[in-house]
Amino acid sequence: MTGKVRANLGDLPTIGKSPTGIGGLDEVTQGGLPQGRPTLLCGSAGCGKTLFGITFLYNGAVQYNERGVFLAFEEQPEDLIKNVGSLNYDIEKLIAEKKFAIDHIEIERSKIAEAGEYDLEGLFLRLGFAIDSIGAKRVVVDTIETLFSGLENEQLLRSELRRLFDWLKSKGVTAIITGERGEGTLTRYGLEEYVADCVILLDNRVQDQLSTRRLRIVKYRGSAHGTNEYPFIIDEQGITVMPITSTGLAHAASSERLPTGIPDLDQMLEGKGYYKGSSILVSGMAGSGKSTVAAHFVNETCASGHRCIYFAMEESQHQIIRNMHSVGIDLQKWVDKKLLRFSARRPSLFGLETHLATMYRDVTEFEPIAVVIDPMSALLGAGATPDVHSMVLRLVDFLKARGVTALFTNLGVVSGEDATTEIQISSLMDAWLLLYNRESNGEHNRQLYLLKSRGMAHSNQVREFIMSSNGIKLRAAYVGPEGVLTGSARLAQEAKDQAAILVREQEMERRSRELERKRREIGAQIDILQAQLANEEAEVDLLTSESAAREDQLAADRVAMGVNRQTRAKPDKVATKPVHNPKK
Amino acid sequence: MTGPDAYSLRLYVAGQTPKSIAAIGNLKQICEQHLPGRYEIEIVDLMKDPALAMRHQIVAIPTLIRQLPEPLKRIIGDLSNTEKVLVGLDIHPK
Repeated sequence: MTGKVRANLGDLPTIGKSPTGIGGLDEVTQGGLPQGRPTLLCGSAGCGKTLFGITFLYNGAVQYNERGVFLAFEEQPEDLIKNVGSLNYDIEKLIAEKKFAIDHIEIERSKIAEAGEYDLEGLFLRLGFAIDSIGAKRVVVDTIETLFSGLENEQLLRSELRRLFDWLKSKGVTAIITGERGEGTLTRYGLEEYVADCVILLDNRVQDQLSTRRLRIVKYRGSAHGTNEYPFIIDEQGITVMPITSTGLAHAASSERLPTGIPDLDQMLEGKGYYKGSSILVSGMAGSGKSTVAAHFVNETCASGHRCIYFAMEESQHQIIRNMHSVGIDLQKWVDKKLLRFSARRPSLFGLETHLATMYRDVTEFEPIAVVIDPMSALLGAGATPDVHSMVLRLVDFLKARGVTALFTNLGVVSGEDATTEIQISSLMDAWLLLYNRESNGEHNRQLYLLKSRGMAHSNQVREFIMSSNGIKLRAAYVGPEGVLTGSARLAQEAKDQAAILVREQEMERRSRELERKRREIGAQIDILQAQLANEEAEVDLLTSESAAREDQLAADRVAMGVNRQTRAKPDKVATKPVHNPKK
Repeated sequence: MTGPDAYSLRLYVAGQTPKSIAAIGNLKQICEQHLPGRYEIEIVDLMKDPALAMRHQIVAIPTLIRQLPEPLKRIIGDLSNTEKVLVGLDIHPK
């Protein structure tokens, strides 16, 4: 049952869309302008209405095989062609190929006298002729309100305009009607009364001497559309609308890792590095090595064959490349290999939204795996703090949604626990590296601390951060009875420790020598005593044998005496022995 | 008919609309009355050749263009307001 309902929903007629080919606008309008209907494009002077119109026609002719007619009330065709020549829109070629037609309508009140009733059939004829002659599907009328200043009869003009828009609809062409912004109304002469299907408002606001172009879809009948104000830029690559305001929190989280380019820092991050698609903040004071940390990351990313964009806000490309040579990093070779793109723009060059739109354009075009914004804090120069916060939020969301790893550097005085950023974006960041530059014993030493790193077990040690011609090294800071020591204090303490160790070693050696000596001494004494003992043993033996001999002798003597006395005193025992051999 | 004060007029219409018919009638009447013998009227129907509308910068219908004498003058409308037509054509009624 549900399946059937769904199928029916799909079969319902929906309005067709005519893609504009303008980056971002088709996303905001979910496909383009309403096909076969007129769209009102309004905005004050210099908003880019004419360029929008021409781009719509040019893209139609070049990308979508839909030919277009430009009905110009304000500019001469030659001027129009020249104006868009800088965008590489070769309108003359399209005209020669009959894919594009321009008709310029010139009306000047001073040269026209009105005598009686008239209508604008001539305009219809001309437009109809232009459409039919090339088989146009798209029409831009820029700016029809000029008629109001050229002709007296406003009532007639209004009825003719109504007829014109109905006629355009009946012709089935997708049209853009431009209109000048009026006081309190979308257009000065109320064109919105006639064009009701789709109204797009362009705006160019100047705040703090920085202008920002914005686009808003006021209404779009029969279609869902983004309702926010979207920043857009006009540059040598045409128009780009940034279709994000805030994209919600639906981005996928990757468990892939990107090495930081600093092996010691990788060690602090479970030995693997940053999460892919995460946002990393590196903050510290001036000269604490933020850009160098960024450059290591860029170098590593490019070395693994991935693309990277370096948005530099304070230094030029060449300056960064030169400076990074001093830590043994050659970024130029990645630029040459088209793996690294620098986008160096002063924050004050244009407003925040324009920066955002430019970054959006660069990222969608170059498709990097990682970007560096160095330093993000410089953006404060391009807008008020809440605006910068909102911009960075959107940038982070946009980059996360695309799975682009972003490393932001932030210039600021930070001190341990009360670390915050001026733009209040620390909570948006997945990892935060703090770089200190601490003064002690008359010198400044760099230290690095990993304040947070979401989703991984990371080291909580303060490391000493050493920049050398071979890049960054992190050393465990010396923590001893005298506190945390860095720099030459650490070196001095280490030397002291070394000396103490040496002394201890020497003492040990001395002790063991002494022991050996004693052992030998005692050994010698033992030898002497043993020799004495042996002597005594020998003596005892001698005495024993002598006394035995004496006993024998005495016995023999007794026998001999007995013989002499002629008495047999127990001769049997003695008799067994040879009598003549008593000395044995 | 070609004199220094000869008028060469061209009237642009689009088909046989009431306004076009009225304009043709009004123009003929004014010319007969004020420029007897020294005018020439050419009627161009843009329905038959719309390209001319572009080439000759026609927006409103009917449009009357005074080609001679110089300078070129343009009057739009069905020419029912004779006074305005005379001013527009720079004709001074006797």
